[in-house]
Amino acid sequence: MNDITNTPRTTPRFSATFDEYTLSEIRRAAATGIYDIRGGGAKRKVPHFDDLLFLGASMSRYPLEGYRERCDTSVVLGTRFAKKPIELKIPITIAGMSFGSLSANAKEALGRGASAMGTSTTTGDGGMTNEERGHSTQLVYQYLPSRYGMNPDDLKRADAIEVVVGQGAKPGGGGMLLGQKITERVAKMRTLPVGIDQRSACRHPDWTGPDDLEIKIEELREITDWEKPIYVKVGAARPYYDTALAVKSGADVVVVDGMQGGTAATQEVFIENVGIPTLAAVRQAVKALQDLGMHRKVQLIVSGGIRNGADVAKALALGADAVAIGTAALVALGDNDPHYAAEYEALGSRAGAYDDWHEGRDPAGITTQDPALMARLDPVAAGRRLANYLAVLTLECQTIARACGKSHVHNLEPEDLVALTIEAAAMANVPLAGTNWIPGSTGSF
Amino acid sequence: MNVALHTSPDMNMIATDADGARLIDLATSPVRALNGALHALGTTNETLWRVANPRGLHAIAAGVDAPVAIEIAGNVGYYCGGMNKQARIVIDGNAGVGVGENMMSGFIHVKGDASQAAGATGCGGLLVIDGNASARCGISMKGIDIVVKGSIGHMSAFMAQAGSLVVFGDAGEALGDSLYEAKLFVRGSVASLGADCIEKEMREEHRALLAARLEAAGALGQVDIGEFRRYGSARTLYHFHVDNVSSY
Repeated sequence: MNDITNTPRTTPRFSATFDEYTLSEIRRAAATGIYDIRGGGAKRKVPHFDDLLFLGASMSRYPLEGYRERCDTSVVLGTRFAKKPIELKIPITIAGMSFGSLSANAKEALGRGASAMGTSTTTGDGGMTNEERGHSTQLVYQYLPSRYGMNPDDLKRADAIEVVVGQGAKPGGGGMLLGQKITERVAKMRTLPVGIDQRSACRHPDWTGPDDLEIKIEELREITDWEKPIYVKVGAARPYYDTALAVKSGADVVVVDGMQGGTAATQEVFIENVGIPTLAAVRQAVKALQDLGMHRKVQLIVSGGIRNGADVAKALALGADAVAIGTAALVALGDNDPHYAAEYEALGSRAGAYDDWHEGRDPAGITTQDPALMARLDPVAAGRRLANYLAVLTLECQTIARACGKSHVHNLEPEDLVALTIEAAAMANVPLAGTNWIPGSTGSF
Repeated sequence: MNVALHTSPDMNMIATDADGARLIDLATSPVRALNGALHALGTTNETLWRVANPRGLHAIAAGVDAPVAIEIAGNVGYYCGGMNKQARIVIDGNAGVGVGENMMSGFIHVKGDASQAAGATGCGGLLVIDGNASARCGISMKGIDIVVKGSIGHMSAFMAQAGSLVVFGDAGEALGDSLYEAKLFVRGSVASLGADCIEKEMREEHRALLAARLEAAGALGQVDIGEFRRYGSARTLYHFHVDNVSSY
């Protein structure tokens, strides 16, 4: 007779398909009847710059001396048509984030930090505030489908204009700002009733397609007397064709934002399942520019998941002229700081994972319009932290560039790179490490 | 992109008419010369400008911020009078896409028909179209007043936030879809209403508002105010609710 208590039992087995997160999301959906909304970019693991390595100098390459031999980081954006191109000291810009999604103090801090390092910030879906104009020496004014707050005076006082076709977190999606954050000031800037859930358009109201966009860009140039660089920003989806069409439409600068790029708020299912990773987008965008003979003539800014100087260097080596950071900049300001760990847990989240930015209850005072929470963020100190972070990114990028023997970070090239995985090798069009094999292209194991 | 447009305005391209008006012929001068000259106006005595041979060119008189009158003798292309402030622009012809887009103030009068997205995202001022306006008239309007003496196409006043749209004729499909607080007045038939757009009672305050718009457009007495019906937002989509899912 068997003694069931002594029978060995297998460990309870959780499904890889129905994992803990998936089960919790099914229960949440069943309880509420509404999809999950959150901020940020794709959280799933995707091929990224971590899957690339630099080769550095060797017998056939001379390195540059660290801290002694100069490695330039300057970049000029808008050299194609604009009378007044933007000159940045570092190839790292601050991506578009709106007043409304962010607090006024956060916008001020972004301006302070970026300006201290000689780079630009960008407005967002909600218009330009005097604070951000005042604290940003170089300010890019976004031209979005909603046209919230759009007016010719701000257009003329901007340093560049960014026509937003899409963003990496939600290519094909419009803006979303829920009622908790539509305060009186935000509502007035957007000509909306206070407190409503605002869902802004996903298509531009007065142009459709690249032929119309060419005429729209011509109008923007006429209004601003051909002075301002005009960027076209696309979410990474079909980067080869989107870049080519942006060039055809007359863009000075193309911005390609991968799926790791953040948003203030949208559906989780959208963030995680639409668009392609930044790594996969860069090479195609660069190829389009090269095929058109416009590489370095139309500048390319790449964004989505840039975290450190190695990411910057890798994006530049693949052919970008600059990168943009959003999520990382917010973290530098203080977003998701463990200092507020208890408060994040009280909100049902954890420091480092908090992404309910749309609810406006950010303990760090960044993604909120609540005056008490907002006051927690000292814009001067936060701006300093951002400047420090930008300095580190720049120093790290220079370190790698010097190791590869480059006197300017733009001299980094695909030849300096190898990939750790077959996927990354195929996406970035560089050889798998230790081989001369580029999947789908050249060589063999 | 026409790189030749990237030239400085040449004031020699601008002549003076017998009555003192400034005259520019777009058959021989680029749009850049016109717009550059108009943008350079500060406080000026050059208050009347005439534009000959517009030939459907784009961005004519875009970005003007001066109290001047601009008379355009013919058809214009896209975005004529875009982002206008203060100026009175009269187009003696038809207008292409986005006439008066995002205008802030002033007056634009199209004597012919207008293409799509007339007055799109306009924040202020008055746009009068004597003929018909195509699809998406007044899309995302934010305070502009639009008077169309003919009919308007589909998806007009889509996501319209503020201002008024007055139509003497008929409206196409999905009028006022996802409307916010803009006020719509249509004298003829409406093919269909968009999501969250409903017919509303025409009270005395609305008749007064309509009369004021007609008067501003120089059309008071041309039509019977009693023949108009009012449409506005039901405001049921202002907050997301799962029970409205069939509307989304």
